[in-house]
Amino acid sequence: MPKVLRADNMNKCLGCFTCMLTCAAVNHNNHNLAKSSIKVKTRGGLQSKFAATICVACKEPACAEACPTNALVKRPGGGVKLIEEKCIACEKCVSACIVGAIHMDYDRKIPIVCKHCGACVRMCPHNCLSMEEVSE
Amino acid sequence: MIGTEFIRVLYIDLTNKKADIQERKDLYKYLGGAGIAVKLLEENMKKGVDPLHESQPLIISIGPLSTIFPVVTKAVATFISPHTGEYGESHAGGRLAMAIRNAGYDAIVITGRAKKPTYLVITDKNIEFKDARAMWGLDIEETGRVIREREPGPGKRSIIRIGRAGENLVTYSCVNVDTYRHFGRLGIGAVLGSKNLKAIMIMGEENLPIANLKEYFKTYQEIYKKVTQTDAMAKYHELGTPMNIKVLNSISSLPTKNLLQSTFEHADDISGETFAEKNLVRKVSCVGCPIGCIHIGQFRREFDKGYEYESISVSYDHELIYALGSLLGVKTTDEVLQIIEEVELVGLDAISTGVVLAWATEALKKGLISREDTLADLEFGNTMEYIKAIDNIADRVNEFYYTIGNGLKEAVKKYGGEEFALLYGGNEMAGYHTGYAFALGQTVGARHSHLDNAGYSYDQSAKEIKDEEIIDYVINEEKERAILTSLCICLFARKVYDRPTILKALNSIGINWTDQDLIRLANDVFFTKLKIKKELGYSLENYKFPKRIFETPTLWGKMDEERLNRLLKMYIERVEKEYENWSRGK
Ligand code: SF4
Ligand code: SF4
Ligand code: SF4
Repeated sequence: MPKVLRADNMNKCLGCFTCMLTCAAVNHNNHNLAKSSIKVKTRGGLQSKFAATICVACKEPACAEACPTNALVKRPGGGVKLIEEKCIACEKCVSACIVGAIHMDYDRKIPIVCKHCGACVRMCPHNCLSMEEVSE
Repeated sequence: MIGTEFIRVLYIDLTNKKADIQERKDLYKYLGGAGIAVKLLEENMKKGVDPLHESQPLIISIGPLSTIFPVVTKAVATFISPHTGEYGESHAGGRLAMAIRNAGYDAIVITGRAKKPTYLVITDKNIEFKDARAMWGLDIEETGRVIREREPGPGKRSIIRIGRAGENLVTYSCVNVDTYRHFGRLGIGAVLGSKNLKAIMIMGEENLPIANLKEYFKTYQEIYKKVTQTDAMAKYHELGTPMNIKVLNSISSLPTKNLLQSTFEHADDISGETFAEKNLVRKVSCVGCPIGCIHIGQFRREFDKGYEYESISVSYDHELIYALGSLLGVKTTDEVLQIIEEVELVGLDAISTGVVLAWATEALKKGLISREDTLADLEFGNTMEYIKAIDNIADRVNEFYYTIGNGLKEAVKKYGGEEFALLYGGNEMAGYHTGYAFALGQTVGARHSHLDNAGYSYDQSAKEIKDEEIIDYVINEEKERAILTSLCICLFARKVYDRPTILKALNSIGINWTDQDLIRLANDVFFTKLKIKKELGYSLENYKFPKRIFETPTLWGKMDEERLNRLLKMYIERVEKEYENWSRGK
């Protein structure tokens, strides 16, 4: 069964950004965590709680629907897969995703989309993140 | 910069609102952090000029491993200390290192003085000098809030700022870094204040491609495992440094009531355990640290009759519980947190504030100063009066507060009471009365901090105190720490980052250093600091330790003044000799 990323335990989050660092490194070959697909931030200053912006793995992904070139294709279990060669960097997917899970990598001129690979989950020291099995 | 062989320095001139960027190949051999910050200070400082003169520089730097390896979280600041008049260095965690890295710099050098209160916005795309007139006078929290609401980039940015104490040039004012971290010691807050610089916000999205992902990530995971799955760092996540309170108390090493005592009858009431049970609400991390050692404690305050409460969260650790707790005879966790909150809001160094107030309490009792001076009934354990006094320090409300705002050294010059002024090398004492190695270590350490060489640790673990051994320990440990701080590794991770691990991490990102290179670096950093100090007139000849430290028992019983003086002499001789050899090789 396919798996998707969940961030259901963010009340435990330390704000260490290890998840972002890992995603940026292994998926985008970059040290800058601005390249990460998962985005952890506070709800307003460090005195507030942490929250994670992640791809929620839509079964009917608006991002893909908005894509004029079919560069985003549905992935089993929800969410999308990016076919880089087809992407023209129009940024339509960015505004289509209402949870704000997509942002642009302006250096490579492609959107940064979560692959639901779980690398971030494995490196979170506080088990804030998990991979959930879902039906296709 | 990662993947290059130069250090990218951003120079900011506040007077002329100009910035310049230089790629410095020559600095590469100083690696980063303390290494490059000390060199940049040496180059830019003005001898014989007031530390708060506009021409004096403020330097902030990071290292090659910053943020991209676990627990490499610190930014290092250097400046001429308005507090001691000599070398100033301070370290802070939070998000600053990440933000500097992502903006694409290794170091920032700030000189000049803005004509009006200003805050700086530094990103990978721009440098802006923004109007901070309306923020002048605001506390740390409000300043942070205003900038957060005005500027973009939550999660990616770092906001550092000063409070009223920094604006008013109190020589132990601090710089708050992202709410829960600080450049604490030696008056860096006043350095920003003297430049009319209220705050800096920094962030960036600089492209930082990884050259060899396989090597890097393999090494990253190995270190991550060591950090999270061995007990090398467990204590920092669990009780945190406040676990020391009970430990030090049990071995007569917890400075209490201006060191009239080294055990505290209420130690259990303000111990790490009690904080954890009564007040701890969450733990947070600096960016890149999977440990989460920042302990946030909460207390509630009744602001009106009829069950009207507010709840306040502040971070606490050992040094704060010592300086604003046991040293002032404060006996509940809620009260300690309340004092911490005040110190935080006005932006003072917690250790110096506590030590100055402890001295003032005794000076008032002995009649060296009067109630007209203090405007508060300073008495051990009297929390509310201490809170008043903290406000008065920040605002320098009268001549007395003006004087103590220049530190304890100035205070004793004017009012006396040198015998019970807890000063080591001109800086207020940290929270360990463990014995000779601590006393010597804090006095001779480059920045007169307990973290320079951890003498307290020698005192606590030695089977027997040996003079030669102390000298060796203090010198070697300070050099070793010069390596760690040049890499900006959090000192809590020193057990994780032994030399082989450091080299492995460096090599995995293409910096092919050897052990010899690290040793060379350690010596260069150690002696360059000393050189700077000498140029600023620093000398330990005729140095006098305060009487009080010999009157209160340590873990090793009462210290003998003669023996400590002898140790100091041995240290000076040894270091002078080494210094000469090093200078000749330069
Ligand atoms: S990127 Fe946004 S729209 Fe697309 S699948 Fe994920 S959550 Fe849905
Ligand atoms: S699941 Fe993979 S792609 Fe998605 S945020 Fe985590 S590491 Fe990045
Ligand atoms: S790795 Fe875990 S604890 Fe750290 S920021 Fe991400 S979700 Fe939070």
